[in-house]
Formats: sequence, C-alpha cells, structure tokens
Amino acid sequence: MSFINYVINGVSLGSIYAIIALGYTMVYGIARMLNFAHGDVIMVGAFTVFFGVSMQGFNPFVAVLLSIAVCITLGITIEFIAYRPLRGAASSLVVLITAIGVSYFLQNLALLIFGANPKSFTSMVPLNPIRLAGGQIVISGETIVTILSCLIIMISLTAFIKKTKPGQAMLAVSEDKGAAQLMGINVNGTITLTFAIGSGLAAVAGILLCSAYPSLSPYTGSMPGIKAFIAAVFGGIGSIPGALIGGILLGVIEILGRAYISSQLADVIVFMVLIFVLLVKPTGILGRKLQEKV
Amino acid sequence: MDKIPKIWRDNLITYGMVIAIYAVMQILISFGLVSRLMQGLLVPLCIYVILAISLNLTVGILGELSLGHAGFMCLGAFAGAFFSKITVEAITFSPLRFFLAIVIGAVVAGFFGFLIGMPVLRFRGDYLAIVTLAFGEIIKNVINALFVGLDDRGFHFSLSDRASLGLYEDGEVIINGAQGIIGTPQDSNFTVGIVLVLLTLFIVQNLIRSRDGRAIMSIRDNLIASESIGIHVTKYKLMAFSISAALAGVAGVLYSHNLNNVVASPRAFGYNMSIMILVFVVLGGIGNIRGSMIAAVVLTLLPEMMRGLDRYRMLIYAIVLIVMMLFNWSPQILAWREQHSIKDLIGRVRGRSRV
Amino acid sequence: MSELLLTNLLNVTNLSISFGGLRAVDNFDITVKKGQLYGLIGPNGAGKTTVFNLLTGVYRPDEGKVFLDGENITNLKTMDINKAGVGRTFQNIRLFKKLSVLDNVKVGLHNRYHYNTWEGIFRLPKYRRIEKVMNEEAYKLLKVFDLENEADYLAGNLPYGKQRKLEIARTLATDPKLLLLDEPAAGMNPNETKELMETIRFVRDEFEMTILLIEHDMKLVAGICEELTVLNFGKTLMSGETNEVLNDSRVITAYLGE
Repeated sequence: MSFINYVINGVSLGSIYAIIALGYTMVYGIARMLNFAHGDVIMVGAFTVFFGVSMQGFNPFVAVLLSIAVCITLGITIEFIAYRPLRGAASSLVVLITAIGVSYFLQNLALLIFGANPKSFTSMVPLNPIRLAGGQIVISGETIVTILSCLIIMISLTAFIKKTKPGQAMLAVSEDKGAAQLMGINVNGTITLTFAIGSGLAAVAGILLCSAYPSLSPYTGSMPGIKAFIAAVFGGIGSIPGALIGGILLGVIEILGRAYISSQLADVIVFMVLIFVLLVKPTGILGRKLQEKV
Repeated sequence: MDKIPKIWRDNLITYGMVIAIYAVMQILISFGLVSRLMQGLLVPLCIYVILAISLNLTVGILGELSLGHAGFMCLGAFAGAFFSKITVEAITFSPLRFFLAIVIGAVVAGFFGFLIGMPVLRFRGDYLAIVTLAFGEIIKNVINALFVGLDDRGFHFSLSDRASLGLYEDGEVIINGAQGIIGTPQDSNFTVGIVLVLLTLFIVQNLIRSRDGRAIMSIRDNLIASESIGIHVTKYKLMAFSISAALAGVAGVLYSHNLNNVVASPRAFGYNMSIMILVFVVLGGIGNIRGSMIAAVVLTLLPEMMRGLDRYRMLIYAIVLIVMMLFNWSPQILAWREQHSIKDLIGRVRGRSRV
Repeated sequence: MSELLLTNLLNVTNLSISFGGLRAVDNFDITVKKGQLYGLIGPNGAGKTTVFNLLTGVYRPDEGKVFLDGENITNLKTMDINKAGVGRTFQNIRLFKKLSVLDNVKVGLHNRYHYNTWEGIFRLPKYRRIEKVMNEEAYKLLKVFDLENEADYLAGNLPYGKQRKLEIARTLATDPKLLLLDEPAAGMNPNETKELMETIRFVRDEFEMTILLIEHDMKLVAGICEELTVLNFGKTLMSGETNEVLNDSRVITAYLGE
C-alpha cells in the first residue's frame, strides 16, 4: 500500500475518533465531567444494528435509525439516573467513578446478551471502492461515507450551536451554569440535550467503526473511546473544531505508526505525541486557558 | 493539646485492624477452614490494599487525579522480577533477594513518577490524569514489545522479536515480549504481604502527620494560599506523587513474585486496573486511608463471593458500584440520610418515650 | 535622605498591568513606612486586589518596580515573595479547610522550622523536638486571635469571623515584614468589625508589623489607617493623610458619582 492510502485510512479512522470525541468534548464543556461510559454507548449502537440486521433481518436503514434512537434514549437515561443526582457532589471524581460503573454495566449487559465471542459485523455501506491513479490508490466505500459523515456532522453541529436557541443555550451553560440559570435557561434540559446529541453521534460512530473494522464484542467501544477522549484533549477539550483536528491527527499518526514503525508500538507513538503536545501547549491545540480568580 | 493522642488512636486502629485480620486468617488456615480459592486471594488482597493506600496519597492527600497507577505497578513488577531472575543464583538467601527486589521496584517506579511528574505537575488542572493515562498505556505496550536477553557478552535489547536479540546459544531470554518474564522466584506470601501493607501504612500515615504532609495537604485545599505562605508547591506535589508511584512499585514487586509468569496484560496493568484502584479510593472516601483499604478488600471479595451468581456477578457488581456512589455522594440523598439517620431515629424514639 | 530610605519598607513605582487591552493598574506608586497602617481604597473594580496580586507575584507586572526593605522583589515567584517578607490574606477567604485550625498555622510556620522527610516518616528525635516547638509557636499565635480553644476544629467549620482571624494568624506565622489585608472586614457586622479594628491595631503594635489594607468600610479605614491611597479606574486618584483624603472632593465624587 502506498503512503497516500495510509493517510486516507488514517483520516477515515480519525474521522470516527472525531465523531466520538465530539461526545466527550460537548459533555465536558457543559457538565464538566469525563463521561467514561461514552465508549460503551458506541458498542451499544453497533450491537443494535447487528441485532436488527443480522438477527432480525431489518432493512439496514431502519436499523441505523433504530440504533440512533436507542443510543439517544440510553444517553438520556444514563444522565438522568446516574449523573444528575451527583451534580453538586463534593468531588468531581465521584461522577467519574459512577461513569465507570455505567461502563462496566453496559459491557456486562452486552456480555450477558450477546456473549464474549466477537461477532462479524455486516458493513452498512453499500458502495464499491473507488480506484484512482490506475489502481494505485484504493478508497473504500466505508472511507468515503465515514469522511463525509464526519464533515456533515461537524458543519451541522457548528451551525446548530451558532444559529439555534438550544445551541446558544448550550454555549451559555458551558460558559457559566449559574448565570445561564438566572437568564432563564433550562440548565437540566440543556445538559440532557447535550447527552442526547453526544449519544446519537456515538451510535453513528459505532456503526461506521464496525463497518470499517467488522468485528464486534462487548469491549469494542472501550479502546476507541479512550482514544477519542485523547483526541478531544489533543485538540483542546471543549472545542468542536479541536475534536475534528485532534481526531484526524490521532488517526493518521496511528495508521502511519502501525505501517512504518511497529504495529505493536502504534499506540505508544500516539500516546507519546499526546504527552508531547500537552507539555508544549497544555490546553491542547485549540483549547482555551482558564484562570482561577484570586 | 488533646488532638495528638486522638490521631495516634486512629492510626493504631488501622494497624490493629490489619494485624487482627492477619491473625484471624492464620488461625483459620491452621484449622483448615480457608478454601484454596480464598488462600489464593490473600496476596492479591495485600497488593490491592497497598495500591489503594498509595493512590490515596495522590488523589486524596495531594488532590491530583492519576489514571495510570497500574503503569507504576507494572514498572515495579517487571523491575523487581527482572532483578530476581538474574540474581536467583547469585543471591540464594531469598528474603535478602526479595528485599532488594522490592527496593529496586520502588526506586524504578518512583523514578518514573518523578520523571512524569516534573513537567506535568507544574500545570494546574486535569493534566496529570490524562498524562498518567497515556503513560500507563505506554508502559504496558512497551513492555509487551520488549525483549531482553543475557549471555556472556552482557545484556541485549530489542523491541521487535526474540531472534533480533542475537543471543549466543548459552544465552537466556529474560523478558520475552508479550510472554513476559517466566520463572520469577515465588518469594511473595501472605506474611510478607501483610508486612508490606503495614510498611506502606506506616509511611503514608506518618508522612501525612509531618511537616511535609501538611504542606502537601495545604496544596490540595488551596494552592494559591499555599503559595502565598511560601510553600514550594511543585516540590511537594512531586514528592507526594513520586512516593505514591514508588509504593505502587512495591505492590508490583509483590504481584510479580506471586506468579511464575508475569505478563504485561491489559487485565493486570491496563487502564481498567488503574480505574479499579481509583474506585477503591473514591468509594472508601477520598483521603480516607482506612476507608480505601476496606473498599479494596470488599470490592475484591465481592465478585468472588458472588461466584454462585455466575454470569450475573459482574453486572451486579456494576449496579452495586453505581448505587453505592449515589448513596454516598449524591447531595439530595445525603440530605435525606441526614434527616432519617439512625441516631436521629433513636433520639426521636427516646424523646417520645420521655413524654 | 538615607534615613528616609531606611524607614521606607515598601516602595512601589510605576506599577502597571493590562488585561486584553484594559489597563487594570496604571502607573501605580506607593510608599509605606515601617510600622505604618496604610489603607488602599477605591470604588469596586478600581484595581485594588490587582495591586495586591501584583505585589505578591500572582500576576507579573508589565512595568514598574517593587522594593521591599531595599530588596527588589518585582519578578519573584509568589512563594519567594513570601520568603522575602510579604504576607497576605484574601478577599474570599482561602483557608486549608480540611486541615485543623492548628495545622493551618503550622503550615504557615513551614519555612521557619525544618526537619527532613525521613525524620518525619520515622519519627526521629528531631521530628519530636521541632514539632513541639511548632506547636508552642502555633498556640502562641492562636491565643493572640482568641482561637486556641478551636485548635482541633477543621478550619472550614469555623464561623466566618474566626476564619478571617485564622487567615491573619496563618500569614503572621510566616513572620512577614509587611502584611497585606484584602478587605478584612468584608461580611462582618459592626461589632465584629470593631473587634477586628482592635486586633489589627494590636497586631501592628505587638508584632511591630507594617500593614497595608484594602477596605470598603470607611469607619474602619478612618479609625485605624494613618495614610491612604485612593485608586480609581486603575489610576492613583490621590494619596495623603487619612483625614485629608477622606474630605477631598475628588474622592467623594469617585465614590458617590457626580
């Protein structure tokens, strides 16, 4: 495979990271929490499609919509049951641990229902690969759909936040929760909306991920979840363009590292680049500096 | 001046608890009342308790979040096992060899803690959490790809495979990539584990009640005030974090000498393990040393005791974890508990009976 | 001339800082003599706390010099400025809430009494000796502020007025030459304020302290400050003796508006 092919694959993988990273970044920006169960919502999204298409014979399109609906409901439920009661708790660590509890719960529930053996996932992308430069460069249908989806999501999310009332409310809540409340913004509702969007995106990411790497197990979401979190930090947590840049950089570094250095050390390279970026620019590439008032 | 004896009493209760559990277990074992499964859990319990105490130093006492504690444990485990394997013939007196292995494991892990902490702890915020998360994964993956061999010419290193070590025929592979280190002398046992738990406890509790410990806790409570009264914030953050990493290294040495074959698997040293230790600390009460020890024991035994529930046990474990977190920390639930506490109930009953 | 220099403890010239184009403090000068009780007043947002943050190294000034007792402390770090002899309290009280009242003061004593980490962990004789001295010192300070009975309480559980006092005690434990008090009477009732005035005077006399304080309570300012500097929109409006300043029409306008 040529260098260009690797880069294209990297951008594709990175686009998936970016979509997942959006969920982390939005939730962090608004609720100031690291939702470590986010990766497992991806897995739930992929399993829903697997259940619909491979086990029940649904139309793929219906299955995808179902999956998004399931994940949105799941995200809202998790926030309501596990996170909302802890808002205002003495330590921010508390909700982090609870999120880990939710992550265990989802993994083990999937383990009970579907078992530990990896399932082979049928790609949801009906496109044939495109060959360029006389067959030198091959771009799979999954890659095209993934990159396009990522772009559409980024653009529409940015427009949503800039142009709509609920989007403005999200900005306001992320700026100052107390002030937003005084301005008559429904803070709880806004946080719920954030979880709903993040989880819906997680479903999309899960389907794209499993279409490109067609193996599905209860732990499928775990590592991409962590990587996407890293991508969010990389780009500057709280920033939407940051999630895009962070995700794509991470994907490209990972694929190139795997191809040219060592498949075993690819993750090491990713994490080392992260540490390096944070040392040089602690707020991430596009992050803002927050200073405590003295 | 009556506070000092109170702290003394509090510390003594913790030591007493550990010693009492040790004594009871020894008696039960001598009467054959402890199952093999349970006996096999004794050393791991000590390991988890040491990890919980050491992470509490970072999270509860210093107030920084670390998500890579298993990485320091991993370093300690491999450094200690590496030393024991190459000196197993040179030092035949096993307690001395194990003692040296522990010192080496602690020093290596502590040194890496210092190295990581030096650039990161200057910043404020959750950087340590993210960097330690990355660090833990790096350590695990590098050790999985690491091959070290020894022959007449000395040590050979490789990050690709065994063959590229270019060993002579008499050479021996010490660290064999993803297969880890095979044939570590099994020097760990319950007694050594308990001694190390007590030692960890001694170090952490006495550190907290000293000049340096006060400085560390002042940073946790209010960094800006701490600087304003002349505390060298970076120095004390580094001190606490390095000691915490070194103690995790000790737990690692105990771990690797409890097994014949130590492997840098995700289960033993991955991010999930780091999180597990963090769960002990948070559930036990952040900064509450004894609480985190109890949480470590309970949460380790819980899945074992639920073996009868078979496939449902990890699911139940997750639910118990979530419910306990809500019960212990939710502001609304805490307020409800305040109103309906048992003390209150007794008081009300008494009040009524008087009328 | 040389005698005059010796009696000046704090000498600030031309101190300035901007935040994103806004000149928060502009060419600020102040000279505080040894043993003086000096007030820094001005309307909200005038830049008073920013001056304190500049003096204590929380912010780096864009321009200007700060001399303490003849020593240039302009660009030192916060902790080194404290070691050089500047102690401060905060507008929003910053105690070590989960430490005991006694331990709060003992952290203040940190740089004056030493034993190393190992002596601490292994409870060696030096640890016992030094801890005993630190306890005695800390109790002495707590007595001054009438806090000795609360020594074992968590600092966060003290009532508000006592928290203010503890913060001053903790700062005095670092043995400063200059004490900066940021709105010490904020949130106090008239009785507490009166008591606080006496405490501040007592600290000045007992510890031969030089005190620079920010305050909104004009009764307190008029009652204890010998000299005042008025800050308005980051600029010095005027400096002088308390009575003279408080009766100046420009100052009255700045406070009441036109």
